Amino acid sequence: MSAVKGAGEVGGGITAPAESPVPFRNSSLIFRALRLWRTRIGAALVGALVLLAIIGPYVAPYGPSVPVGEPNSTPGGNAVLGTDYLGQDVLSRFLYGGRGILVMAVIATAIGLIVGVAIGLVAAYARNALDDVLMRGMDVIMAFPQIMLALVAVAVVGPQAWVIVVAIALTTVPRIARVARGAAQPVVERDFIACSEAMGVPRWRILFGELLPNTLGPLMVEASLRMTYSIGVIAALAFLGLAPDPNGANWGTMIQQNQIALSVQPWGAVMPIIAIALLTMGTGLIGDGIARTAAGIDRSRSAE
Amino acid sequence: MRRLTSGGVPGFVARRLLLGIVVLVMVSIVVFAATQALPGDPAQAILGRSATPASLAALRRQLHLDQPVLEQYWSWLSGLLRGNLGSSLAAQEPVTTLLGPKLVNSAVLVAVSAVVSIPLSVAIGCWAALKREKIFDSVSSILLLALAALPEFVVAVVLVILLATIVFHVLPAISTIPPGSQPWDNIPALILPCLTLVIAVAPYVARIMRASMIEVLESDYVEMARLKGLPERTVLLRHALPNALGPVFQVIALNLAYLAGGIVVVEYVFNYSGIGSALQDAVVNHDLPVVQALAMLIAAVYVVLNLLADVATIMVTPKLRTRL
Amino acid sequence: MSAAVSVENLRIEIAATGTPVVSDVSFAIAPGEILGLVGESGSGKTTVGLALLGHARRGLRIAGGSVLLGDRDVLTQDEEERRKLRGSAVSYVPQDPASSLNPALRIGLQLREVLDAHDSGGARDYSARIAEMMRAVALPDDRAFLKRYPHELSGGQQQRIGLAMAFANRPRLIVLDEPTTGLDVTTQAHVLSTVRELAALHDVAALYVSHDLAVVAALARRVAVMYAGRVVELGPADAMFASAGHPYTRRLIGAIPRLTGGRSLVGIPGRALSPGKRPGGCGFAPRCDLRIGQCEQEMPELRPIDTDHMVRCIRAELVMTQDPGKAGEPVEMPAADDAEVPALRITDLVASYGRHEVVHSVSLALAARECLALVGESGSGKTTIARAVAGLHHAWTGAIALDGAELHPSARNRGGDARRRIQYIFQNPYGSLNPRRTVGQIVAQPLKIFGTAGGREADKRVAEMLERVSLSSGYARRYPDQLSGGERQRVAIARALVCDPTVLICDEVTSALDVSVQAAIVELLGSLQRDLGLSMLFITHNLPLVRSIAQRVAVLSQGRIVEAGEVGQVLAHPSQPYTRQLLSDTPSLETASTDVSLDEPPAETFGK
Repeated sequence: MSAVKGAGEVGGGITAPAESPVPFRNSSLIFRALRLWRTRIGAALVGALVLLAIIGPYVAPYGPSVPVGEPNSTPGGNAVLGTDYLGQDVLSRFLYGGRGILVMAVIATAIGLIVGVAIGLVAAYARNALDDVLMRGMDVIMAFPQIMLALVAVAVVGPQAWVIVVAIALTTVPRIARVARGAAQPVVERDFIACSEAMGVPRWRILFGELLPNTLGPLMVEASLRMTYSIGVIAALAFLGLAPDPNGANWGTMIQQNQIALSVQPWGAVMPIIAIALLTMGTGLIGDGIARTAAGIDRSRSAE
Repeated sequence: MRRLTSGGVPGFVARRLLLGIVVLVMVSIVVFAATQALPGDPAQAILGRSATPASLAALRRQLHLDQPVLEQYWSWLSGLLRGNLGSSLAAQEPVTTLLGPKLVNSAVLVAVSAVVSIPLSVAIGCWAALKREKIFDSVSSILLLALAALPEFVVAVVLVILLATIVFHVLPAISTIPPGSQPWDNIPALILPCLTLVIAVAPYVARIMRASMIEVLESDYVEMARLKGLPERTVLLRHALPNALGPVFQVIALNLAYLAGGIVVVEYVFNYSGIGSALQDAVVNHDLPVVQALAMLIAAVYVVLNLLADVATIMVTPKLRTRL
Repeated sequence: MSAAVSVENLRIEIAATGTPVVSDVSFAIAPGEILGLVGESGSGKTTVGLALLGHARRGLRIAGGSVLLGDRDVLTQDEEERRKLRGSAVSYVPQDPASSLNPALRIGLQLREVLDAHDSGGARDYSARIAEMMRAVALPDDRAFLKRYPHELSGGQQQRIGLAMAFANRPRLIVLDEPTTGLDVTTQAHVLSTVRELAALHDVAALYVSHDLAVVAALARRVAVMYAGRVVELGPADAMFASAGHPYTRRLIGAIPRLTGGRSLVGIPGRALSPGKRPGGCGFAPRCDLRIGQCEQEMPELRPIDTDHMVRCIRAELVMTQDPGKAGEPVEMPAADDAEVPALRITDLVASYGRHEVVHSVSLALAARECLALVGESGSGKTTIARAVAGLHHAWTGAIALDGAELHPSARNRGGDARRRIQYIFQNPYGSLNPRRTVGQIVAQPLKIFGTAGGREADKRVAEMLERVSLSSGYARRYPDQLSGGERQRVAIARALVCDPTVLICDEVTSALDVSVQAAIVELLGSLQRDLGLSMLFITHNLPLVRSIAQRVAVLSQGRIVEAGEVGQVLAHPSQPYTRQLLSDTPSLETASTDVSLDEPPAETFGK
């Protein structure tokens, strides 16, 4: 809403709908998104796998490193899904294998989310040199693909859990910051923000009380996308042999360890593949569902 | 200096280049800090617990760890600029000779994947936008969503299962390149790795293309073009497509840069001799000089790609051009 | 003489549900004639305009009726046939020229393609024709100009390109969809005269769609008024404006600000209902003060009440004898006290955007309890001045004093009291309310910030304020998305007034609203200003509107005050050429029928 317009234009051409459409309740985005089939399926998948990962260790028939039979034997006898390359029970390792990945992914994404949103909102609101400086900083971190930074960190310190979490959180920050800034910029231009400024509302209050709630849509979509990638990268690191506990049960590690024996005993690799695939597809579906709902709301708000 | 602050497109390119260089310098600081200034003893990490004090001291001298940090940084950076990337600790040969052929291999892989995936994803995105809400769109939308979410190593392994080992046996499961030969000597071996990379990147670009195209198709000027009675082909090719492509360039650049990370996993699965698998080896062996060199290389690639994407966007958007 | 276009029983529905959006629309336009199609938002006028090209926007479907161009029915043609008609037999001039031109193509190319698409002779040299087209719309015809991109043209120039493209192939019919919205008054006047000339020159029939009755009156000889998807009145413009037959038309005319006659405006209570929610029976009945039982039971037919004058109302004869209502009454303005310290004094204000100075040493005084109007076109600096007073624009020098006490450029650095006493109402009702807060929370916000009231006391004040702006207290629980534009502005007004400010700044607060809503809001503001003794700075580009609310007016041009004084005085006897030009370029119902040249208007047209 700049006050200086080109000569010959006035009023900004704002059109008024005859009657306001779709009532929009506060924080209902998730609930409305859940009305879509895809969001429900995604939520179901994620829910099921998270449950599996959390409860798994409690219901596993054996420990994760207990030999129960001949290596690479097919299902039968002690092992419902057969054994892996060391003779350990595939089912048990599978049930133990999700926790590590999920916990690390959730923590990394959460940290990245909090820091990234803060930076993005501040940059969008500042609209001056601070914005430039922050975004250049983000560019520097963005110059690395996520897995690269994790690899570099692991190269130095070793594949410890905190290293991986920090590396992924760090690479998540700029990506979220960019989205947060992009979502906040149009909101910053709107008059209700100017109104609060004229009344002297403190800056931090405007940022988190007025700006943030109006950018939730794109942020939630990006958060689920980031979660998908965090899970992917952590599992990939495990696949490359860089899990915190190289011999522990971990879906990524299991795939790597058992892929050689695929033709003989597929379950050792197939189970974790299915799990990771369903988990990432689930988070992807949730994100897409939210995106569609938000787009639908925007569309009906500006209709006719 | 004045040419830099204005000066149209060349000025813009110059400014972006300068910015890119600044970013690369900062990246070098980050890389250096990550590898050599972290707490803990790199020499210890490399040689492991069983190292003798003498060998640790020797390694530290070799890595210049006994010098002040800034001097270490400077010697590394100046070496970098002169083309001396250090020596691989594991292979005891200069990094450049070690990585040279591997770089070529990886470049071929990425180039082929890009050449296939970009036109494909643009085409899919456009078609889905044109046939919006119809069968092609709904089916491709779900399919692309699922493929975009899967991590590359899962895609790679599944492709191997499907096409090489269990279900069908049409393609080789391993794509090793014997030293001395070129990647294009064994085309079938390239197919699966490229396919994996294409699947890693194309869905995301296709979805962005679709969104951009839909927005453009609903714009006032496309409606106006139709109301002027222009043939539909003209409307699509002259009015819709160029405006839809603008925002997509940056996404393409971002995804190509993403490929640089993706090749790590893909080369590992297919045993492809490129810089991705070299990086993985170096990490496992704590081969710091190689790690540093590769990190800088990939960062440089990213910066260049972004610059190209920015320039391309400017070329397609006259509004931005005249503001320069 | 056969009609250039004849529309019969046009019906357009929402494709998915079959709900009618436009029904039973019939009219005819003779060659060389301009028919005005008037309606407020949601009336369906744009939809009708597009239907004449056989085009329906996404989600809509043309369900019935016929559009005869000569002897061909556009609606029965297949897509390829329709494509050939568009741009050649019937063309369209869009509302927003900036977004209707492809930003990535040079304008020369965009002009050429409309010739190329309909030229059966193959590729020819169009340069001569393009040059001719450009001259016809008073644009430069040299190649350098044609190489420009749309964003390098002004709004007026962009719209002329639109006109050039529309007239290029000498169509039978042109549909103009509010082509002067967003243009300032002077540019608008030029565009309108161009339209008039070209239509007469090429014997083209034109449908001029607009919400602005005054503009339509200046241009069209016949007018059709639409409400809720139907034509409610159709007839000669002067007859209709002198004495309308439909209650809606009458109320609409009463809502238009005038340069002569009475000052107060009368809005129409309630709001137009969207398709699917419209009642059976007459669409306007819920808001009509002349309704009887029969009105709600069946839809009236469009029937003739005079030669060539048709009305869709069973009580049309009664309506025509009605008094126009309170529009004739002058408004009592309380006397401003000269001895008092002015509520606001601006001294030598110089404001800039970056390095660009936009306000050049402006000095103003706003007396207590007075309403001062700041009038100017875009770029005149009026909004910059307003924002500087509110502390939203920081880059200025000079002095702004509230009740004698100087103010800091930035609102944040002013005391709480100073911030409380100056309140601002924004132009865009769709951006000035936080969509994530309820109306009650929005109105209560100033109370919380300035600590004026809390808890239950705050709720009470909020309810009181909502009543004051004619919104029931039930509105407090609603969200802005559920409100219409007019209702949102009322909420904004309530928010501004809840803390008892001294100075109220209204920045083009009605520019985004329909005429009838604008009237209601202006009346509300006027009565509040008088009742509460507010000092008000009323910013607008709409000169006639000033009459209905302000005592004094200052006219701004390019960052300087060119004329200031009492409203009646300035409007009746403008002393500056700029003011005179502005007045004569402003379309109004009174001057429409008299042939006024672009010089000083006759003095007797403006009475007190």
